[in-house]
Amino acid sequence: MTPFLTIRNVVIAALLAILVVLPIYTAAIGNAFALTLFTRIVILAIAATSLNLIMGYGGMVSFGHAAYIGVGGYAVGMLAREGITSGFVQWPTALAASALFALFVGALSLRTRGVYFIMITLAFAQMIYYVAVGLDRYGGDDGLTIYSRSQFAGLIDLNNRTLFYYLCVVLLFATIYITWRIVNSRFGLVIQGSRSNDRRMRAIGFPTFRYRLTCFVIAGMICGLAGALLANHASFISPAMMHWTRSGDLIVMVVLGGMGSLFGPLIGAVALLVLEETLPQIIGAVGHLVTGKEVTAAREYWQLILGPMLLLVVLFARGGIAGLLESMNLWLNRSSRSTA
Amino acid sequence: MLLFVEQCLNGLQLGLLLFLLAAGLTLVFGIMDLVNLAHGSLYMVGAYFAATFAALTGSFVLGALLALGATLLVGMAVEVIALRRLYGRDHLDHVLGTFGLILFFNELVRLIWGPAGLTLSLPPWLNTPLQLLPGLYYPTYRFAIILVTFAVAAFLYVLVMRTRVGMLIRAGASNREMVGALGINIKLLFTLVFGLGAALAGLAGLMQAPILTVQIGMGENILILAFVVIIIGGIGSIRGAFIAAIFVGLIDVVGRAFLVDLLLLVVSQQAASTAGPALSSMLIYIVMAVVLVLRPEGLFPVHGK
Amino acid sequence: MRKILSGLTLAGTATIAGAILALSAGPAVTQSKSVKIGFVSTFSGPTAVIGNDMRNSFELGLDHIGRKMGGLPVEVIYEDDGQKPEQGLQKTQKLIESDKVDFVIGYIWSNVLLASYKPVIDSQTFLISTNAGPSQIAGELCSPWFFSTSWQNDQTPQAMGHYLNQKGVKTLYLIGPNYAAGRDMLVGVQSTFKGKVIGQDLTKWPDQLDFSAELSKVRAAKPDALFVFYPGASGVQFLTQYAQSGLKGQVPLYTAFTIDAITLQLQKDLALGVPGAQYWVNDLPNAANKKYVADFKARHKNYPTFYGAQTYDAAAFINSAVVAVKGDLTKKDAIRAELRRANYASVRGPYKYGNNHFPIQNFYLQDVVKDADGMLTLKTVATIVKDSQDEHAKKCPMKW
Repeated sequence: MTPFLTIRNVVIAALLAILVVLPIYTAAIGNAFALTLFTRIVILAIAATSLNLIMGYGGMVSFGHAAYIGVGGYAVGMLAREGITSGFVQWPTALAASALFALFVGALSLRTRGVYFIMITLAFAQMIYYVAVGLDRYGGDDGLTIYSRSQFAGLIDLNNRTLFYYLCVVLLFATIYITWRIVNSRFGLVIQGSRSNDRRMRAIGFPTFRYRLTCFVIAGMICGLAGALLANHASFISPAMMHWTRSGDLIVMVVLGGMGSLFGPLIGAVALLVLEETLPQIIGAVGHLVTGKEVTAAREYWQLILGPMLLLVVLFARGGIAGLLESMNLWLNRSSRSTA
Repeated sequence: MLLFVEQCLNGLQLGLLLFLLAAGLTLVFGIMDLVNLAHGSLYMVGAYFAATFAALTGSFVLGALLALGATLLVGMAVEVIALRRLYGRDHLDHVLGTFGLILFFNELVRLIWGPAGLTLSLPPWLNTPLQLLPGLYYPTYRFAIILVTFAVAAFLYVLVMRTRVGMLIRAGASNREMVGALGINIKLLFTLVFGLGAALAGLAGLMQAPILTVQIGMGENILILAFVVIIIGGIGSIRGAFIAAIFVGLIDVVGRAFLVDLLLLVVSQQAASTAGPALSSMLIYIVMAVVLVLRPEGLFPVHGK
Repeated sequence: MRKILSGLTLAGTATIAGAILALSAGPAVTQSKSVKIGFVSTFSGPTAVIGNDMRNSFELGLDHIGRKMGGLPVEVIYEDDGQKPEQGLQKTQKLIESDKVDFVIGYIWSNVLLASYKPVIDSQTFLISTNAGPSQIAGELCSPWFFSTSWQNDQTPQAMGHYLNQKGVKTLYLIGPNYAAGRDMLVGVQSTFKGKVIGQDLTKWPDQLDFSAELSKVRAAKPDALFVFYPGASGVQFLTQYAQSGLKGQVPLYTAFTIDAITLQLQKDLALGVPGAQYWVNDLPNAANKKYVADFKARHKNYPTFYGAQTYDAAAFINSAVVAVKGDLTKKDAIRAELRRANYASVRGPYKYGNNHFPIQNFYLQDVVKDADGMLTLKTVATIVKDSQDEHAKKCPMKW
């Protein structure tokens, strides 16, 4: 029986609490940017959580997951460009389009395994990327500015940053909840069983291909929702949303936070994006302390620190940050038991 | 017609260059089961070394040779210090870890050589066009790349198919545990293979240097192409990598060269000039997807794993 | 055990809270009296040299006005867009929402500027592009909050088109990168060139660096001339490959924004005899320019680029408006009225603003020569057009 009060759980609870009270804090200090940044983090955490569903639990490493962000985002952006700003049209379209695309990709890709799966999902993502590049009417390579956010007939005003942020947070919690429900259902057990031994699951009589495809489509759809949110958040869509490096970022978030852990992707998204934003400032501050003068140039070398940090996490923290917290707990328990 | 021949030569040159990258990648992947995203960084490092040594010695050829050795050493050092610890781990750990290495190498290079990039000038005898056939001119240097790469491919063939080391490499690709059980110093073999892969990547980088400028991040986009090549060819197969590389090179160049004109036959000028570049960029990914749908383990799968 | 646990939790929470605090550290002091300028450009990746050059020139420009505007100290916050539209947008949002700057300036790339445009305009902050000049912003998207100290993308290639007509070129081949500015450039040449365009290639941007396929097509098409636009390092690659292909003796090359003081040091002799069109060249004979070029050379051991010149101008340009309102930055209408007069000593000489806030200016033909020290540099050869205005101004609804 694992105790409820573990370091991991406490950190997660603290993180969730921070997410909930953040707008109050930013309003108090009058800095809207922290809210903008965290809205982005929450949206990408939704995408990372959906990736974790197929990658962490289903063993399907998609190196093209950003494509669904793009499909969802472009559904919103293209409709907005054509003058259809109703969210009741845009969002279902985004979900349907990304689900359809996931169905197409999954149906063709799930026959392959391992690295071949990684690469075929990349191939489809690259194709849709270049389709977006070729969409001249919608900005092509340069992207498209969305001049009006989705309208929900007075139900919720997305132009209100705080409301929009809370909408994203609620959707993130819903995504995590859905993942939890899926993972612990019979369906989820088949998916996880198929990850460790697909042949045995099929021998038992489960049509694993259909199960895995369904899971793949659900993940694609959730990620499409993240895309619709991102398009509204940035008021801008561009092929860069689905560049392969973005897919790589999502994988990094999941692995860094902890694969196959419910809150891992959230932790990973927060860690990676907050580090990206603050590392230059931290380096600048440390440089200031050490040398006693402004060292603006040094701030640009923050990746020199981030790179080895990622490598170290891989080498010494199996299971990412969530796993690290877990093992800290084990270590604590052991030491407290020996002193008791 | 001459244009078509010329474009095929362009495609061949790109393909052979991709082969150099893909050969190392597929060896490391096939034998150590390591997904090395930092392979492109070695390509970059090779180019930087070549530009530096060529400037120091004043000789392009001497600079290239020194750079080749230096890249080999860097590759082996990276293997011993960092990557060795990743063997046997999950592929995703490799992806994250070597992704970290890319960031590190990019910034390190920026720190050492500055952000501006370098140029590597060719000696005059390489910097002129060569008349291959009446009316068919081709850059001498690009032709030299084709010849050098063919020689390297032949060397690899002999090394892998005709020598004891090659036998171990082949055995390692199909059954890693067995080679270890035979009492071979597997650690040393792995370090050597990684160094060889690094040297090949460095060779590709230094040969591209006089065509493209030497700059940070130059290895990242070509790395994706190299991955496409080894996937189409089948992981671990040098022969597959060779054929797939030439195939991908030809498709890419010929697509860029003729696709817009082909599209013009069916659609308007406006549509062709916007859809053409997008479609030609997409072409190799379509090919890869089709290959994988039909043959989920690439064209030349290495059996026994 | 409990104690350690709660201690650790506190530490974890404090880290995250600290991160948020760090993110919002800047803005607490918004009330201090200074002119805040946010500067978005590319400071990482292969094109970071351009961003650094702009920064160097802007710093020099600030030094030349004593780092004060209308009695207020100037504070500049540099942000890196990584040549990516999305990242540029994020950094721009940060400058506006967190740093609450008074002016946002910079932007090398048209696509980055287009992505970042809306939040700046919406927040009613002055946006001054010191390089990018996409046709959309000159036309239907023009705004009272936007000014350019550079040019509209079409202007320079249009001047080149005029020059090609003067040279009697009958058939032309065009190559450029497939992004906003690349397409604008190729359209620009065609709008003034009277001969026949017999071929055109748009290459993948910014990834494609090997132009072998395109150069082979040029050779087969046998045009009278070849026009290209390849900014930054890609210009070096293009010129190298153009020379290696042997086209140099066969098809003369004409350029826009492909050869500048930085790339010249890498292109070296390959650039000799390749003409380009420009609104500014380092040898323009006016006092402001002489001072700028001399001081820049003294400090950075190289000639400044056009990127630098138009960014150097931005310092004096903003200064002129802040001085006019005596440092009262809340008088935004008065600031705009002053900016519209372009009442400062530009290094290109005096110019006017069109209704879309893009300059109406002269364009010159530049050529590559060696200076007294044997260093390669650019030289004005002729004036191609006088007081040129872009075509898109007509589509801009703004009148003043």
